[in-house]
Amino acid sequence: MNIIEVKNLVKRFDDIVAVDDISFAVEKGKIFAFLGPNGAGKTTTIKMFTTLLQPTSGKISINGFDPSTQSDSVRQSLGIIFQDPSLDDELTAWENLEFHGVLYGVSKKIRRQRIEELLKVVELENRRDHLVKEFSGGMKRRLEIARGLLHHPQIIFLDEPTLGLDPQTRNHLWGYIKDMNQKEDVTVFFSTHYMQEAEKMADQIAIIDHGKIVAQGSAQDLEKQTQTDTLEDAFLQLTGKDIREDSAKAIDRLRTNRRVWRR
Amino acid sequence: MEKIKRYGQIIYILWLRQIKRHYRSRARVVGSLAQPILFLVALGFGFGPIYQRAGGGDYIQFIAPGIVAMSIIFTAMFAGIEVIYDKQFGFLKETLVAPVKRWNIMLGRTLGGATVATIQGLIVLVISFLIGFRPDNLWLLPVAILMMILMATFFTALGTAIASKLEDMQAFPLIINFLIMPLFFLSGALFPLEGLPRTIQIITYLDPLSYGVDGIRGALSSQLHFGFSHDFGIIIILVFLALGIGSWLFSKIEV
Repeated sequence: MNIIEVKNLVKRFDDIVAVDDISFAVEKGKIFAFLGPNGAGKTTTIKMFTTLLQPTSGKISINGFDPSTQSDSVRQSLGIIFQDPSLDDELTAWENLEFHGVLYGVSKKIRRQRIEELLKVVELENRRDHLVKEFSGGMKRRLEIARGLLHHPQIIFLDEPTLGLDPQTRNHLWGYIKDMNQKEDVTVFFSTHYMQEAEKMADQIAIIDHGKIVAQGSAQDLEKQTQTDTLEDAFLQLTGKDIREDSAKAIDRLRTNRRVWRR
Repeated sequence: MEKIKRYGQIIYILWLRQIKRHYRSRARVVGSLAQPILFLVALGFGFGPIYQRAGGGDYIQFIAPGIVAMSIIFTAMFAGIEVIYDKQFGFLKETLVAPVKRWNIMLGRTLGGATVATIQGLIVLVISFLIGFRPDNLWLLPVAILMMILMATFFTALGTAIASKLEDMQAFPLIINFLIMPLFFLSGALFPLEGLPRTIQIITYLDPLSYGVDGIRGALSSQLHFGFSHDFGIIIILVFLALGIGSWLFSKIEV
């Protein structure tokens, strides 16, 4: 059974096409890696899946629901760890987690128990009562991850979750995610720039570039298809060697500068 | 039943967050008191003698409820900036992807800001006691407080709704000041609404703050212009209207 299905999905910002007619599916209970250079359209796609952006055209089905018309049911099914910061700086680590748990309706007993457990996983248990604004970048990232894992959804989206983390924390984190995936059949959809991570963890991989899916399959499939030995080489061959500017941010800036009012 | 309990929990945690954020920032608490005190002292004592000579009675009795209303409208409307803050620091995404009804988000945030604004109004009320304000009838104090709560809720909802459409932290204070100033000066907070030129009178009747000021003043200084049923009726309708529009706008936010 496919828990995510995408058909001819398009997202246009004014005259820039961020996501250009993509189609793919993710099977329930699998770990799916979504790879692509900066500005390829990964985050925009994830935002459409998670009800934060409306698609220009095309069809999305998340756990059988359409994010634009059945947003409540979609939100009910998912969890997300964002690429950019989304913590409340003026609350403590513990308060951030508690807030999240209540919003997602995790019962008090389970909530308190998981908060303890997760603070240990990300090694923040003795910082629990510190305000987040006193945290370093890495600590914030770890807290953000702990928060995303607090409720156990049917699908979890991880937008470059391990960016800026040391190998130890990365290892812990993937252990926890793998565990959740196996024990509770949580589908994992993640994007990353670490090819080894995708190679090691993902059952399925899709590579997106310039808003289009350029290849999909298992890591072996992609290596075979490109006649390379590693996923890294396969990736480079599929997406070319030019360095990309992060156009997603440029679009954001343009949109903010152009006018103060949103519509 | 289960549903109502869940709504309650969500609204409570959103409310609690606003309260914690406000009272952790001492600068905000102190800074927002400076302006009403200045108005109370400068206008109260400055215009007092003239007002007395014109036969209006004790000006402090008249103006204190107006300044209480002023401190509420300022604190309440500016509470909206928290939404823009949350947009820029990314926290808004966290609330928007959660499986939570948008009106829960709107109501929780609004009640948080409204609580802060009401407390602000009460502090100004206590300060005006120290300056010499004496309510006619202490039994009507709950009526005044109820009006303060309703006003605070309406103006917080209004500020929050406006902020949900804005991206830019610098633009918000400009727009809000542009709204608050006429609302305040044309509300009867500073002068009686009796015997005004026709045009000004019509404008003051269109100003929601007029009814808030009138309700508080009616309860504390027994000077009523519109009457309690008018004051409360209009403000209650506005509260629901602003919350409804705000909830709808929240469902349209894209980040």
